Amino acid sequence: MEDSDSVSVARVKAGDGDAYRTLVDRHSRSVFRLAYRMTGNEQDAEDVVQETFLRAYKQLHRYEARASFGTWLYRIASNYSLDLVRSRKRHPQTALDESPAPGEEATNAVHGVASDAPGPDRLLFGDEVQRTVAATLDQLSRQERTAFVLRHFEGQSIEEIGTSLGLSGNATKHSIFRAVQKLRRALEPLVNTAGIS
Amino acid sequence: MMNHPTEEQFVLYYYGEGAEIEDHIGGCEQCRASYQALQRVLNSVDSFPVPERAPDYENRVWSAIEGRIEKRSRWWSFGWRPVLVAAAMAVLIVSAFLAGRTWQKPAPRQVAIADSGIRERVLLVAVGDHLERSSMVLVELANAGAPAAGRLDISYEQKTAEDLLESNRLYRQTAATNGDVATAALLEELERVLLEIAHSPSEVSARQLEELRKQIEDRGILFKVKIFGSQVEQSAGNTTTL
Repeated sequence: MEDSDSVSVARVKAGDGDAYRTLVDRHSRSVFRLAYRMTGNEQDAEDVVQETFLRAYKQLHRYEARASFGTWLYRIASNYSLDLVRSRKRHPQTALDESPAPGEEATNAVHGVASDAPGPDRLLFGDEVQRTVAATLDQLSRQERTAFVLRHFEGQSIEEIGTSLGLSGNATKHSIFRAVQKLRRALEPLVNTAGIS
Repeated sequence: MMNHPTEEQFVLYYYGEGAEIEDHIGGCEQCRASYQALQRVLNSVDSFPVPERAPDYENRVWSAIEGRIEKRSRWWSFGWRPVLVAAAMAVLIVSAFLAGRTWQKPAPRQVAIADSGIRERVLLVAVGDHLERSSMVLVELANAGAPAAGRLDISYEQKTAEDLLESNRLYRQTAATNGDVATAALLEELERVLLEIAHSPSEVSARQLEELRKQIEDRGILFKVKIFGSQVEQSAGNTTTL
């Protein structure tokens, strides 16, 4: 896969604009997932996807394949996601507990996607966990949130995350630990009461 | 038996590292309970759902960016030289605009209004172009990888920032003269960041790069420039050439 990315990048650099479409096809869903987990908002995540590919295209001449193309793309996406998150904090437009309009699917992370999950108690509890996860992720520092999302959801290695964030292995681990500690403090009372496994 | 593992070791183990504590967890009831509590918390984080994308999602993303990539592609493939020439032209036009305001003889009111409209449009296009070029420099630095060893050469960004500073000052003064407080304020903020970049060493250490990045991030300048640039582009009626 990475070899294919390298070939596509080389073709784009050589002036083959269509080759960039291959990279967009290959990575847009994963960039969306990352962006959504970073921003917690579907529209913001869509913006991040588009902006990430535009920025990556502009900067492609600086990409030197020391990291994989995907890792490099994730760094751009996570930086822009964090810009958006910070901007939303300064200019809040959507309250976390805002309900979706009638007939509109609840796609905000706090509400979760529509599902055929079991009974109302369980659903309410799931909502509460999701709400707590979203709120706690929102409280993490830029570094903690990025490191945690890349490790927990994207399965990146400590080394890859360190490369993305420009951190040493130890600093990367500490960012993840701090994020886990904060999530633990917020979630443990909930999940232990419910006996989730 | 080894000492009880630390919480950090439990976290690493959860993520598939630190296998050396496996035997301990198997044999120590207290640690097993601690680890299971951590597992419950981290498993519950997976309840954070991501909405599914439509099957044609990739096509939609490509359609949304294709036109903008083509526009930038032409720009990119020919390098910065024509951009700098365009910047110089923009500066000349704005200079003429300022000179016109200063030296213009009194004219009939209608003509003055028409002239003013044209001038504002020209200025908007020039400012939009300027903001796009500035944001490219900021993006380059904000996303530059930290130098693994030694220093990172940012002489290119530094030189570009110097060039942009000149036009930035002129646009800011023009906006202030026109009473456009919002544009003047944004350009003033941008000017401070461009100054920082222009006055940085041409090769920076990881720490210096981080400080520079922090300057950009703390001010949220990149986001403001992007938003403002889009507004300007809309106001100028998507005019892309001078």
